[in-house]
Amino acid sequence: MNAPSPTPGAPPRLRLEGISKVYPAVVANDAVDLVVAPGEIHAVLGENGAGKSTLMKIIYGVTRPSAGTLYWEGERVEVTSPAQARALGIGMVFQHFSLFETLTVAENVALALPGKPALDELAQRIEAVSQRYGLPVAPRRHVHALSVGERQRVEIIRCLLQNPRLLIMDEPTSVLTPQAVRKLFDTLRQLSAEGCSILYISHKLDEIQELCHTATVLRGGRVSGHCRPAEETPQSMARLMIGKDLPVCEHGPAASGGELRLRLAGLSHASEDPFGTDLKDIHLDVHAGEIVGIAGVSGNGQQELLQAISGEEIIAEKFPVQICGVQAGRLSAAQRRRIGLCFVPEDRLGRGAVPSMSLADNAVLTAARSAGLVRGGFLAFARARHFAAECIERFNVRCGGPQAAAKSLSGGNLQKFIVGREVLQTPQLLVCAQPTWGVDVGAAAFIRQAIIDLRNRGCAVLVVSEELDELFEICDRIAVIAKGRLSPVRPVAETSVEDIGVWMSGLWPGAEPVPADAEAEAVDAAA
Amino acid sequence: MDASLFTSMLFATVVAGTPLIIVALGLLVSERAGVLNLGAEGMMAMGAVAAFAATHTTGNPWLGVLAGMGAGLAVALIFGVLTLTLQANQVASGLAVAIFGVGLSAFIGKPFESVALPAVPAIRIPFIADIPLIGEALYNQQALVYFSWALFWAVLWFLARSRAGLVLRAVGESPASAHAIGYPVIAIRYLAVLFGGAMAGIGGAFLSVFYTPMWVEGMVAGRGWIALALVVFATWRPLRVMIGAYLFGGVMITQLFIQGSGLQIDFPSQFLSSLPYWATIVVLVVISRNPNTIRLNSPASLGKPYRPDA
Repeated sequence: MNAPSPTPGAPPRLRLEGISKVYPAVVANDAVDLVVAPGEIHAVLGENGAGKSTLMKIIYGVTRPSAGTLYWEGERVEVTSPAQARALGIGMVFQHFSLFETLTVAENVALALPGKPALDELAQRIEAVSQRYGLPVAPRRHVHALSVGERQRVEIIRCLLQNPRLLIMDEPTSVLTPQAVRKLFDTLRQLSAEGCSILYISHKLDEIQELCHTATVLRGGRVSGHCRPAEETPQSMARLMIGKDLPVCEHGPAASGGELRLRLAGLSHASEDPFGTDLKDIHLDVHAGEIVGIAGVSGNGQQELLQAISGEEIIAEKFPVQICGVQAGRLSAAQRRRIGLCFVPEDRLGRGAVPSMSLADNAVLTAARSAGLVRGGFLAFARARHFAAECIERFNVRCGGPQAAAKSLSGGNLQKFIVGREVLQTPQLLVCAQPTWGVDVGAAAFIRQAIIDLRNRGCAVLVVSEELDELFEICDRIAVIAKGRLSPVRPVAETSVEDIGVWMSGLWPGAEPVPADAEAEAVDAAA
Repeated sequence: MDASLFTSMLFATVVAGTPLIIVALGLLVSERAGVLNLGAEGMMAMGAVAAFAATHTTGNPWLGVLAGMGAGLAVALIFGVLTLTLQANQVASGLAVAIFGVGLSAFIGKPFESVALPAVPAIRIPFIADIPLIGEALYNQQALVYFSWALFWAVLWFLARSRAGLVLRAVGESPASAHAIGYPVIAIRYLAVLFGGAMAGIGGAFLSVFYTPMWVEGMVAGRGWIALALVVFATWRPLRVMIGAYLFGGVMITQLFIQGSGLQIDFPSQFLSSLPYWATIVVLVVISRNPNTIRLNSPASLGKPYRPDA
């Protein structure tokens, strides 16, 4: 793939010179230079915490740099607010969407446009743009009723209506199915051909290779290299990104004939959240010594399923959830832990750990009983500290020791601690939600290996994740959840990323027929 | 019940509901922008005493209303500086402002105790006031009663139809997102808080200048708190606020009538006195129990301080 040849003599669309951003505790960006040509798709590559998002926020005027200069089409500018950035022609699609859930699509778009567009006329413009770029979305629907993929389309359309000349996309594919990613890439290539420059933030090397003309790699806030992704290999880019080779997980074949540790026998449960997903007749068995993965676009019942298994949500009858041979449907979360369940929730700060409490105290919260951190009704502080210290050491958690507050850790390190805390309790059954979400490549490989090791020691593991590559790397068997229903479970060796991608829209053999317009990925969370 | 009794009870109901409507609609706008203003009671008290003092001094009730509005604005400004500029906790600041306003109003009002104001004449709307039964009750009323109706339509239109209202709701829903697309979150929240304070001041002025034209310490008597509760139980929707306010007024008048009529009923009077409070809450909870509409209308960031990333 060739970059569009820039007009000789034309200034670059955007040039950054020596941009630095210093926060009280960290240097997020350190003298970063960056040049983006007109019509170029430019990747900004780096691990979590490398300073990619901060740099983009500086360009978009959300944050001010501590030092350095921005040049927009050859002219020196100071971007002091997102409104000014938009006036210049910069649009941004955020990693965590900046949409208002209780408003309609058209209202959300109207909020970002200058002037006072009439909503009816705006709805027509939205439809026109969505047709032109293949981004179907209904202007009058409320955002909370849209799937994640649809929400991202709304964000993109909102940017496109402002005719941007530079579009910033912050990790846009982390929530999309493989099919939706391909559609997004088509849209971005079309934009690039029309002369719009694109800054594409990601840590997924294969995507960058497929899409981007040039790349700037950040490591620890500094530029660690430039490259043309098409001429590189994922290994060579990974070296630029993490400074060493990508670790590879060791994954032997699953032991067969392990005892049954988790059985879902026709689990149905109506969600209490009006915008949640009802679980419908879910059947699943997980045996000792295997890892079963559940794929799916978020909002299709993963959360409800996890809550029903972990005991956060108690269901009406006993038998649909059976843990280690016990009918556990009416047991509380603590009772379920007592019979051998350990659980790593999706949300690290808030559900996985109490942010303001120390790591030792957080260890007590789930390991009090199984690791003997309570004696005669009193907390055994020394034992708790020892347990936390062991977890920190074995799982290579970078932190200030067992007394460090959970919120002082970076996301990846806290996740390593939480996974470690559960693994050290040697559970009979481990349930993990998004074990490596927002975790950098090195830490993610470490966590995956820890899960595989646990399996090898005879634990049954259930992993719910949106990252298909991850599931294919660690799982022995895989299923898909869509609209609250679970697909058949297949051995990973007998299926492919493509098949599972199709299943993610609810189209598996023997599934209920889906309305025609729901093809591809419009899996509606609120349907 | 004879016709004239019905008319006079309807009249009294409307009058009793009016200050609640004005104050609650102001609070509704603040809360839709994400600011929980628990200081309403203090703002009403300050509005009431300022309005009374101004009316007593100048003899002009309209200058009194202006003074009441100004006093409400001033207290709201203090609240805004505390919670929006200094990012103090909204609940604690609101409680402090409520206590402060009630106390300061008692101090300022000392010289005006046991002074009466001349009653302000009602405004009779020609022709429709002649409608039997309801005409005299609804259309021969104080100017601020008509104002409360205009305010209702204005707030309804503002929130549902205007772009400024859309921005306000967006700020209350997700201040971080609103900031990211370039709206001045703090400035918008200031305006919303000041509007709420101004309405609380006018509500107070209605009490001391029109409703019972005199000043007594503690005369707001918890109406600021009731207005706050109305907004929540009405799930942040103007029409339900209005229904709740009149319901409260109606039950209040009815139980006063029953207690005052000397009817021999075997019922503790304390129970009757508490009737308006729980009747209003029960009715509003029942009509607003659909979780879907609650989620659609409740401001997600209510009570949470927001500081834009520098």
